[in-house]
Amino acid sequence: MKRLLIAVPYFWLLALFLVPFLIVFKISLSDVALARPPYFPQWQFEEGWSALTDYLRALDFENFWFLSTDDLYWKAYLSSLRIAVVATFFTLLVGFPIAYGMARAPLEWRPTLMMLVILPFWTSFLIRVYAWIGILSGEGYLNQFLMWLGVIQDPLIILNTNVAVYIGIVYTYLPFMILPIYSALEKLDESLLEAAEDLGCSRFTAFWLVTFPLSKQGIIAGCFLVFIPTIGEFVIPSLLGGSSTLMIGKVLWEEFFNNRDWPVASAVAVVLLLILIIPIILFQRNEQKNREAEG
Amino acid sequence: MKRFSWFNATSLTLGFAFLYLPMIILVVYSFNASKLVTVWAGFSTKWYGELLQNEAFLDAAWVTIRVAVFSSTIATILGTMAAYILVRGGRFMGRTLFSGMIYAPLVMPEVITGLSLLLLFIGIGLDRGVFTIVLAHATFSMCYVSVVVSSRLVSFDKSLEEAALDLGCTAWQAFRLVTLPIIAPAVISGWLLAFTLSLDDLVIASFTSGPSSTTLPIKIFSAVRLGVSPEINALSTIMIGIVTIGVVSFSIMSKRNAVRREREERAAIHAT
Repeated sequence: MKRLLIAVPYFWLLALFLVPFLIVFKISLSDVALARPPYFPQWQFEEGWSALTDYLRALDFENFWFLSTDDLYWKAYLSSLRIAVVATFFTLLVGFPIAYGMARAPLEWRPTLMMLVILPFWTSFLIRVYAWIGILSGEGYLNQFLMWLGVIQDPLIILNTNVAVYIGIVYTYLPFMILPIYSALEKLDESLLEAAEDLGCSRFTAFWLVTFPLSKQGIIAGCFLVFIPTIGEFVIPSLLGGSSTLMIGKVLWEEFFNNRDWPVASAVAVVLLLILIIPIILFQRNEQKNREAEG
Repeated sequence: MKRFSWFNATSLTLGFAFLYLPMIILVVYSFNASKLVTVWAGFSTKWYGELLQNEAFLDAAWVTIRVAVFSSTIATILGTMAAYILVRGGRFMGRTLFSGMIYAPLVMPEVITGLSLLLLFIGIGLDRGVFTIVLAHATFSMCYVSVVVSSRLVSFDKSLEEAALDLGCTAWQAFRLVTLPIIAPAVISGWLLAFTLSLDDLVIASFTSGPSSTTLPIKIFSAVRLGVSPEINALSTIMIGIVTIGVVSFSIMSKRNAVRREREERAAIHAT
């Protein structure tokens, strides 16, 4: 009974998570070919042992070599990292005051505020990104409003630039930043702040010396929760970004669907995963530390 | 509440305005009579009428709902099993690999998940369609379900299960009569989470769908690439409305249940 209980989800994940990833790795070592499926070499089980050794000999790291020589990929990886870092910073800048305000709000408001933060998370990601196209476009609501105010004469060009991508990321990932910071701030003992002020701290120093360090774990968790998915983001750069917005998720998509170069798309995926492993491990460590501190 | 200063009030107001204004504008302009989305030309519901006559959107909506129902149900069953094993299963061979496979899909970029599943389906010669999207969605959703359910399993008292076993229940009976009712709220929220993840997914569905199985997000994405359209605004409004009603009523319901349970527990303690 127990064995069956383990076996079903175990084999499901082996077959639909681990094996597919091994296939990606295998294809990243092959060459592109004009065939169906469009890569070479291939090996069928019936062809036997000698065919297998031939097959293994034909695999090489050529695609990875290609990635390292072609400028496009370097730039795409670096620019994804840069966009992710900048966007995470701005999300923190916007998210922290909201989380702080929530943690200081009257107790009976908090469940409602909490629900208001979570609600957008349940709403379609695609629709939330789409909403910004109408706001940021040349004749969009933001430009209409600013021109009506008389702040600007000519419409600002925001849509299809990196600025629009930053706005999109901050907007869609904001709940991921707010929730961990809020849960750290909520636990904060207010008498600590009173003690700091009694001992002569100004409000600002008290915040900087007491509140900020005690919410550090929440800030770190929130930053990772925004940073990690942003690197591989596809929807936001392709809807809000322009032709100059280079992000690796978009490059992978185009390599696969437009150029039909499966081996290079697979190699892009393998390298992306290698890049992600470092922040993921750091995130896991931070979570573990949190759990130990609590337990 | 001396610390709830003007600063906190402003940051909350501005923050929630930022979160909600884009969606409010979207909803308001879905009732715009003009074909030009950004120019207000009076109230009208004609885009909703046109949406209901758009066969392509209706077909896509039907595919999406079918995929979401099947994949979230499979994901809930598998995810609950996985959570039960991880929390109560003790040691078994390959446990580390198993927990790794549960957590990895949560942080895996969607483009990689989609690409790898597509290459698998082509490799084994499986025709792409509703079935392959269901498989793909069930796989990543089960991991989310498992996280939600295991957090509930960790927090409840194991001795309740042990008592049931001591009183002669089989393992299955103990699970069905004791464990399941207690973790039920988590299982339901896991199902809801899996359902919305499936409704929402564009990237993985694009990789794993076939020509006859376009889902709503794929349809919306290809329409949106051409710019803003009043029909998409109407569709978005309907989806936002459904989600809002669903989330609000679910949270009210679970709050009411929690209050009732507390009252019953207090009554039980008084009775003894």
